[in-house]
Amino acid sequence: MRRKEDQGQEVRWLLLHPSDNTATALADLQAGEAISLERCGPHLTVTLLEPIPFAHKFAIDPIPRGGEVRKHGEVIGEASQDIRPGELVHVHNVVGRRSRGGKE
Amino acid sequence: MTMQPPYTFWGYRRENGEIGLRNHLGVISLVTCANEAALQIARQIPGSAVFTHQNGCGQTQADLELVTRTLIHLGQNPNLGAVLLVSLGCEGIDPERVAEGISRSGKRVELVRIQQEGGYFGALARAGQKAQQMSRAISGLRRQEVGAEELVVGLKCGASDPTSGLAANPALGNAVDRLLGLGASAVFGETTEVVGAEHLLARRAKNQEVAAKLLKLVRELEERVRASGSDIRGGNPSAGNIAGGITTLEEKSLGSIVKSGSAIIQDVYPYGERRKGRGLFFVDSPGREPEIMAGLAAAGCQVIAFATGLGAPQGFPFVPVIKICANRRTVQRLPDFIDLAVSEIISGEEAVEKAGERIFHEILKVASGKATKAESLGYSGSTNIYTTGPIV
Repeated sequence: MRRKEDQGQEVRWLLLHPSDNTATALADLQAGEAISLERCGPHLTVTLLEPIPFAHKFAIDPIPRGGEVRKHGEVIGEASQDIRPGELVHVHNVVGRRSRGGKE
Repeated sequence: MTMQPPYTFWGYRRENGEIGLRNHLGVISLVTCANEAALQIARQIPGSAVFTHQNGCGQTQADLELVTRTLIHLGQNPNLGAVLLVSLGCEGIDPERVAEGISRSGKRVELVRIQQEGGYFGALARAGQKAQQMSRAISGLRRQEVGAEELVVGLKCGASDPTSGLAANPALGNAVDRLLGLGASAVFGETTEVVGAEHLLARRAKNQEVAAKLLKLVRELEERVRASGSDIRGGNPSAGNIAGGITTLEEKSLGSIVKSGSAIIQDVYPYGERRKGRGLFFVDSPGREPEIMAGLAAAGCQVIAFATGLGAPQGFPFVPVIKICANRRTVQRLPDFIDLAVSEIISGEEAVEKAGERIFHEILKVASGKATKAESLGYSGSTNIYTTGPIV
């Protein structure tokens, strides 16, 4: 992750763990914004395909339907449809494995 | 106190070798009916710390046992130099057992029974004299420099918002990893917050037996909640959580669990039990502050690190509670409650690891005697013990 102190610019997203395939917006981000991330591996650039509100997640890797969605270094659910890098990751394309939603 | 390795702080060494971060005379009420007297006794003696609660009588045998062990372990907390127990005289728990249990830690314990001392004023006079003697006797103890491995830190988050799971809790988790790396200990709980990520937490258990204990606590909690007509997994995450960016229950629970860092969980305890050994521990507890903070104090925590988003105010009578907040607005609006701001994680100006290092240093400072905001306000009176059975 890049930081103001070493790059002279603010970071507007957060990658919580190197194994995550989602990052979280620290501000309301606009579609078209280019996100430059450093992970353990090669440098990664993701262009946002839609607006990402504060505290919401976007994909930084392609996630196939049924694939694991990762945050905090853990699996938080699975993709209910293919998700492209730069797409909003939320209830419309992810299902949890542990809750019953509104169902009893 | 040193801010580079080897990390140390200044604490009070007790008779049994444990280290206190504070040196209070504890005034502990044994039953709801004795709360008023305990509060008045504590008002008479500067430097004393009073613990009151709504238990001790009219409860199931299992709950009376739980209350007894919790009171014993609260009294054994090394932040207390001596303990005065205030009894009514006819309560369901046995005052002698509590006194005997606390005195096993080597500290002086006195017991005053209101019904035997001629009522309120008689008890105040008798207890006041004893409290004055004990308070003066412990006041001569001086702090000495000890290693950071003597710390036992309780972990809690409350009045959370999206900044909690994103910044304050991860930063606290980083501080916890630093502490555990030095041989210190940490205790967390909030069984309600674990539901949905218990399978992930169980993987961090030391062995199958510890994992099974954790899963059993979650299962039993869910059964109790279902018996009352609710379902923790139903409609969770809430509409408010989803509007705040939380997608699944796993994600919500992870945002809370992340404050425990990444260490192996050495053991899992029922509420009111005292942890044994060093490392990271889990104690069964609800998320509500009066009960979990008492549970952490009973587990032997000398300090509590408390991550908050919207700004929880409360401390604990004899355990300093450090409020850590990543919401800039809360930091600005509640300067008298927030001890440490980590909001620059959210503004993109500070890395989680850097904030974790600052939390670690703040814990050492508070350990050495720096007053927390809650301590400086005396905002610490809301305490209770977590029981699950009916009041009878």
